[in-house]
Amino acid sequence: MSAVGSVRRRRPGRARRHQQRHGYLFIALPMVLFAVFTVLPIGIAFVLSFSDYSVIGETSWTGIGNYTRVFDDPYFTTALVNTVVYTLMYVPLGIVVALGAAMLLNRRVKAVKIYRTMFYIPVISSTVATATIWYWLLNPQYGLLNVALGWFGIDGPAWLHDSRWAMPSIVMMAVWAGFGTNMMIYLAGLKAVPPELYEAARLDGANAWQAFRHITLPQLRRTTFFVSTLLIIGAFQVFDQAFVLTKGGPGNSTITLVYYIYNKGFGKLEMGYASAISFVLAAIILVFAIVNARAVDRESR
Amino acid sequence: MTAVLAKRRVKSAIWYVAVTALSVATVFPLVWTLATSFKGEGEILGGTGLVPRDFSLANYTEVFSEVPFVRYTLNTLVIALVGAATNMFFGGLAGYAFAKLEFRFKRPLFLGLLASMMIPGIVTMIPLFLILKKFPLIGGNDPFGEGGVGFINSYWAVILPGAAGSFAIFFMRQFFGTLPDELGEAARIDGASEFTVFRKVYLPLAKAPLAVLGLLTFQAGWNNFMWPLIVLNNRDMMTVQVGLSSFITDYETHYGPLMAGTVIASLPVLVVFLLGQRYLIDGIAHAGIK
Repeated sequence: MSAVGSVRRRRPGRARRHQQRHGYLFIALPMVLFAVFTVLPIGIAFVLSFSDYSVIGETSWTGIGNYTRVFDDPYFTTALVNTVVYTLMYVPLGIVVALGAAMLLNRRVKAVKIYRTMFYIPVISSTVATATIWYWLLNPQYGLLNVALGWFGIDGPAWLHDSRWAMPSIVMMAVWAGFGTNMMIYLAGLKAVPPELYEAARLDGANAWQAFRHITLPQLRRTTFFVSTLLIIGAFQVFDQAFVLTKGGPGNSTITLVYYIYNKGFGKLEMGYASAISFVLAAIILVFAIVNARAVDRESR
Repeated sequence: MTAVLAKRRVKSAIWYVAVTALSVATVFPLVWTLATSFKGEGEILGGTGLVPRDFSLANYTEVFSEVPFVRYTLNTLVIALVGAATNMFFGGLAGYAFAKLEFRFKRPLFLGLLASMMIPGIVTMIPLFLILKKFPLIGGNDPFGEGGVGFINSYWAVILPGAAGSFAIFFMRQFFGTLPDELGEAARIDGASEFTVFRKVYLPLAKAPLAVLGLLTFQAGWNNFMWPLIVLNNRDMMTVQVGLSSFITDYETHYGPLMAGTVIASLPVLVVFLLGQRYLIDGIAHAGIK
């Protein structure tokens, strides 16, 4: 009886239908949520970006008006420049610190585990907590950073209160807070580099820098691509730090694109215009991600 | 021989100096925060010593008296725990289906999920707010989504959009993909249904990656700032992170209670991290390299 049953169940058509039904059953709810809360919003945002929707009052179609307005908007330009400046500082610094820390930890010593945990601690602190701590560290008078600089006779800048130093301060904080994750990814990448390569390089008389330049970097190409793409996407969407630390100031020096979209969409309720800026931002991110992919590819040849 | 040994010692010493210096940079600000949270206001602004001269818990009592911090903590716990649970459940089910079951439109559906991860969250933020606000028959809305507030100012406004994250599904699919198909085939020949194959054969093997996913989503939910700030504007519904930011205003900053609140807000994630860090570190490496 059971033999007959199992033979019948294994008949290809029926088994496949059984499996197909379960496949759909397993993904049904996640897919409904995905459709309603991800796909639908993207569609709506696209439609809204061609209107002057503002929650209250009449809505009319404005064609590509919002998109042409973006390029005449001086505040958009300011926000774009600030965001690009942030990205150009944050991404390279983020890679250097993460890779440097990973190389320090790529050793067969017991103490590595403790140091790894300590390096990772900033990652688990929330942006608000981190911002709070840095707000204090960067205080021009009592902050630890300027006190420490004072020991060496250096008169530190006003950091967050100085329009030239506010953005570098935010970059410094963001690198501190985020390098742990990328360090872990690099560490996994470093462990996968075959040790024979270093052995061969040593026999050829290569020094440490040459081994790093011609073995480590090319071997980590895929990892660097992954890390830098994540960093770029994150950098262009910087918001929390600027919102908590500087509220965009001083003198608009830390207004970022997402901050500007937030102000327009949820502050001034110009949701149509804010949606248009979002799509411009998405396009910018895409362009930078592609340029980055090319650069990583060329760099490690 | 001694020269080589001496060189190795020097190298080792340099290494210890370097990693210790970096650890001081990563950990000291947190130690400083903890120390400051026990200081009185005069000492916070005046002194530069680390150890508090007059140990005081005044800042902690002030956190709880100035804002409904207990309520904030409960709100955030509900959001973070439910978020972790739904992502583990849906991520596990859908990730398994995409890795191990055959059905039509599997590839295009999965590629759609992947593509959505590339689109910046800010694009969907405004319409998502509108969908939650105008959800039919919820929160006083009529069938056309008018008249009420929908899901706004309820836990659902944070939980629903992130309940089955694309990352969770992708992460679990990557894991189930590494398990051999033969395990399931053997059970199928014995007449097990597809649900039994999942429940009895594959799911027990996925405990570690599910734990990692739970940790990551709990941490993300607990630390989430921007979305709760937008959809939870009723004072009683705010989260810890949003509540904390209210200690910093344009005019002044209450350092004492702010530091105490920061310590309290960091504790749950720190505990969860220390308990599961072994899995977490392997999990991040795994997701990153594949």
